[in-house]
Amino acid sequence: MLDFDKWQEIFESLKKHKMRTLLTAFAVWWGIFMLVILLGAGNGLQNSFEKNFGDDAINSIWMYPDRTSEPYKGLPAGRWIRFNNSDFDVLKNRVEGVEYITGRYYLGGELVVEYEGKTLSYDVRSVHPDHLFIENTLMKNGRYINETDISERRKVCTIGKLVKESFFKENDNPVGQRLNIKGTEFTIVGVFEDKGGENEMRKIYIPITTAQRIFDTQDRIHQLIITVGDATLAESKKIEDNIRQEFSARHNFSPTDKQALYISNNIEEYQQFQSIFTGIKFFIWFVGIGSIIAGVVGVSNIMIIIVKDRTKEIGIRKAMGATPWSIVSMILQEAIFLTGVAGYLGLLSGFGVIYALQTFMEKNEIETEYFYNPEVDFASVLSALIFLVVCGTLAGLIPAIQAVRVNPVTAMRQ
Amino acid sequence: MIELRNIRKSYRTEYTNLEVLKGIDLTIEQGEMVSIIGSSGSGKSTLLNILGILDEYDVGEYRLDGHLIKNISETQAAKYRNSFLGFVFQSFNLLSFKNAAENVALPLYYQKMDRKKRIDLAIDYLDRVGLKDWAYHLPNQMSGGQQQRVAIARALVSQPKVILADEPTGALDSKTSHEVMEIFEQVNREGITVIIVTHENDIAERTKRIIHLKDGLIE
Repeated sequence: MLDFDKWQEIFESLKKHKMRTLLTAFAVWWGIFMLVILLGAGNGLQNSFEKNFGDDAINSIWMYPDRTSEPYKGLPAGRWIRFNNSDFDVLKNRVEGVEYITGRYYLGGELVVEYEGKTLSYDVRSVHPDHLFIENTLMKNGRYINETDISERRKVCTIGKLVKESFFKENDNPVGQRLNIKGTEFTIVGVFEDKGGENEMRKIYIPITTAQRIFDTQDRIHQLIITVGDATLAESKKIEDNIRQEFSARHNFSPTDKQALYISNNIEEYQQFQSIFTGIKFFIWFVGIGSIIAGVVGVSNIMIIIVKDRTKEIGIRKAMGATPWSIVSMILQEAIFLTGVAGYLGLLSGFGVIYALQTFMEKNEIETEYFYNPEVDFASVLSALIFLVVCGTLAGLIPAIQAVRVNPVTAMRQ
Repeated sequence: MIELRNIRKSYRTEYTNLEVLKGIDLTIEQGEMVSIIGSSGSGKSTLLNILGILDEYDVGEYRLDGHLIKNISETQAAKYRNSFLGFVFQSFNLLSFKNAAENVALPLYYQKMDRKKRIDLAIDYLDRVGLKDWAYHLPNQMSGGQQQRVAIARALVSQPKVILADEPTGALDSKTSHEVMEIFEQVNREGITVIIVTHENDIAERTKRIIHLKDGLIE
């Protein structure tokens, strides 16, 4: 392999046959380049799906009351259904299979939040303690809303990491400080992070009972959310049915009235997404294997043509005293070198494009629902490249051996 | 130098068995200049291929410089060709993508000679055929006569014992043919055995011995 003279002979041959060299190199380059881009795009799609799910517990069921769409027990259609604190208690104590449960009371858009003269506006959610598990919230320091906060209607809040950063210096501990939210002082009890991304870390959580007292005179709840542990899809559907029966009896709406109580089951959605993932993965593999096969066929074809094209040269070299092995090894080394270098360049340029796209998206803070972190597994691309080189070489080997067997006089007459 | 005893060669196809050489006995001493003449189909090209170890024979014995050339491996054949024989062909058979010096140096590449050394030696040999100034030209920039002289330089560069020329003047006009023949005569004067296959009488007449081949036999 370190035979300098042989390499010089190979470089010369490649240099003098520019068209041939370029065509082969391009076929290999393109195959690998496309494979990398394709894998990157596929992974970007899949990662974005997974990221969108990273926010909420995948075993959660979300309940939103709305207006009835059917008349029921003498009551007209179009009535508003509303949750209150007793709905929360019923769900918690009487429906089987509920693991964590929380209500949400919305304070209506972003609220004015003030600390030491600095005023900003943030989305404030009022919740129960179990909300921690439903939003995949991670406490960084301090604590979350607890049961005592709920029962005593304490004026406390837990703030997101980005809220903390905008009001406090990096080393300040905000726990114990007082934040003014829409005219009411709240004591900060904790700071949290969230897997759901930056938006989720710009939130403030307060106890739902406190919110009900300060911002509403009733005990209204806008929305109820539960998790169902490790229930299967069928089990979760059963729980959904039980909830619907329970609330239909309590609020006098038809059990078949899906508009009166809208239930969104994340287990069901997650399974749908899972099948989409499987579909995407299958698609990536299908197209990936397809492009590799196309590359192999392309390289093999070119190799066969190259060897045919060189039959006369092989004959001349044989007459000059070339051994069969010296000719075969020259052709193979040339093929391996060319496909290897071209493939590696394709790999580099593919990764380059992916990396540039990533950097561009990060720099400009582009976040789309369909594309996120388009990573590519280096090892799988490298093995595809090796596969391509080996196939291209084998494809060249057979005609090369045949060409070497041909009588030099016959070969030279071509 | 060359000894052929009862060489027979036939080409078999599915239906026919075409006997091309029907028992050739021939001895060529070192330093001879010989022409093999015959019409097309007489078997002269086949004979030359056997002499050049480019083709195998069915029956008989062929000794080259005392070595029996029979059932030898491709690698061994390559070694003999490289060290004993120099070839000149009708269609020159230069590598089109190499310049004259590189073409001449090719046999030395297979002797594992250093690149610088073999190019220098190739230029020496080009000088001997009067083409020193053309060393860095590609074959398609040269006339037929010049190309054939490059081919002769290539055949000579490995200092072979025998030069085998297959219709070396077949593609050349008569003036150029004579120039080429003069080079062969000069080579022969240095003691190298020259064997020329031709169908032209005036070319054959310039050699010291003419072997007439007809229907696979020496007349």
